[in-house]
Amino acid sequence: MSAAEIRSGRALLEAPPELQARRRKGKVFQWVCLSATLVGVVVLAALLIDVLVDGVAWLTPAFFTEFPSRIPERAGIKSALYGTIWLMVLVAVISFPLGVAAAVWLEEYAGKNWVQTVIQTNIANLAGVPSIVYGILGLAVFVRWMGPITGGRSVLSGALTISLLILPILIIAAQEAIRAVPSSIREASYGLGATKWQTVRHHVLPNAFPGILTGTILALSRAIGETAPLIMIGALTFIAFVPEGPRDAFTVLPIQIFNWASRPQDEFRYLAAAAIIVLLVLLLSMNALAIWLRNKYRRDW
Amino acid sequence: MRIDRLHGWLGAGLALAALLTLGCGGGAGEAGEGELSGSVQVDGSSTVYPITEAVAEEFQREHPRTRVTVGVSGTGGGFQRFCSGETDVSDASREIKPSEAEACEANGVEYTEVRVAWDGMAVVVNPANDWVQCLTVDELKRIWEPGSTVRRWSQVRQGFPDREIVLYGPGTDSGTFDYFTEAIVGEEDASRADYTASEDDNVLVQGVSGDPASLGYFGFAYYEENQGKLRALGVDGGAGCVQPTVETIESGEYDPLSRPLYIYVSDRGLAKAQVREFVEFYLTEGSELVRAVGYVPLDPDQYQDELEKVRGLADGAPSAPRAPADTAGEVTDTAAEGDATP
Repeated sequence: MSAAEIRSGRALLEAPPELQARRRKGKVFQWVCLSATLVGVVVLAALLIDVLVDGVAWLTPAFFTEFPSRIPERAGIKSALYGTIWLMVLVAVISFPLGVAAAVWLEEYAGKNWVQTVIQTNIANLAGVPSIVYGILGLAVFVRWMGPITGGRSVLSGALTISLLILPILIIAAQEAIRAVPSSIREASYGLGATKWQTVRHHVLPNAFPGILTGTILALSRAIGETAPLIMIGALTFIAFVPEGPRDAFTVLPIQIFNWASRPQDEFRYLAAAAIIVLLVLLLSMNALAIWLRNKYRRDW
Repeated sequence: MRIDRLHGWLGAGLALAALLTLGCGGGAGEAGEGELSGSVQVDGSSTVYPITEAVAEEFQREHPRTRVTVGVSGTGGGFQRFCSGETDVSDASREIKPSEAEACEANGVEYTEVRVAWDGMAVVVNPANDWVQCLTVDELKRIWEPGSTVRRWSQVRQGFPDREIVLYGPGTDSGTFDYFTEAIVGEEDASRADYTASEDDNVLVQGVSGDPASLGYFGFAYYEENQGKLRALGVDGGAGCVQPTVETIESGEYDPLSRPLYIYVSDRGLAKAQVREFVEFYLTEGSELVRAVGYVPLDPDQYQDELEKVRGLADGAPSAPRAPADTAGEVTDTAAEGDATP
């Protein structure tokens, strides 16, 4: 074997069999990993194409301004779209202050003691609880028990349930954002005589805000697709009106999609596809907003 | 500083959202001048759902300020809510069970049972099939039960040709499937799985009409629309062979593949103008819609009877406790003067 052969790589091909086998294994592994990656991408592409092909033709202006109907040509997503917007606004209003306050307490006030550890562990576990379980909780607590306040199967009950669902995610995201604020900032603030409240108010929170906001939006974009807990609290209904208050009955896009997709006629499947496009556009634009905010306000310390 | 601006912006946004939320709290359900408004809450059977949905849609077109919600919790789930007083109207594909009636009583919920339509099922073959006119429930059960070994017509009955039997039927998501399996096999959702299943009845119609040795079943309305392409079999439930027709389905003679569908209306609901209007609309405009969504409407006289029952209740004081069954006859007379509807 000459030196030239080795350099040109020919020698590699003619390497001893055990070495070749090892290299082959390496190659196989690389391909396995690549195809694993592609599975996700291909499925997403197939989904998008399928949905677009089926649904695009049904995305007319009337689709957004009409209520659901048994006649496909007359059906639209007005009540579902309004319901989803109502739900998202309420969820944001409820979960944001709760989540941020909890994160501030856990990061800034609670010491490293067993109370904090227990709470922290619980929050991490709650983030993994299946959403249907929150639905059952919401049905028992918000719909039945607090019915006189929430109005029973109302947007408010739905929003409270979904808020519980995303709170753990939100708290963890907010905690990470707060933790990312260097302690030198806090120490400088204390050094100038600021109290803990002043430090949190003027330095920690403003600096952690972009991160908190990103986390909130991502949590909300998880909430927007939630169906199971809402079916549990009874939002799976034919509704041809827009909620006028938090105590009104409602339906949301995923439920409307579910309803349409389960009908026998093809037209309703196309309607479902069109509604899926709307939902995906909402979801992707929320995620895009989160990424944009993160990049715009990101700070390297 | 950018972050501060963002911060302020957010605060403003949140405040606005909160304001919006609070501001909108009141207004729901307030009546306009003389215009019908308020909410009608319906829940219950998924079989009745298409009818109620159609009625709700048309009703709200006529009375835009009313808000009708229609849920699909199933007959049992619907009664659970109905008897706890949560809903005004409950869709049901069977009569209320004694245990459910007890729950209603315990919560002081008085109600009226109103029949709204017939649900029938047709067992169909290809018109070219000249060997079968009628099947007994037992034969149908042997064909359709889980693990059935019937592959050829000759296995169904002696004397039938030795041809492969090709089966078509609705998929498991269908209410027709639930009902057929319960009526024929004796257990809901118990069926053989090796048949061509489709949720779209039109596919079944095409399948049976294109295959001379086929057998299928689906909602009667689809058979009615496709009489030229299919032949419906008589079904022998023990009392001789009965052909499915609007008449035999209405009379209940076409047993066991026909059943009445109901709505249950609470007295507390009927006291509300919008609920009363809704139920009346259901019984007057409903028959057209019943046909449109694929069921068999009641006889016009029967609708009139049900209507008078409801009107009588709404006119009279609905508080006195009574068994709903007795009410029908007694109230019919009082309500006769109500409206001179044709």
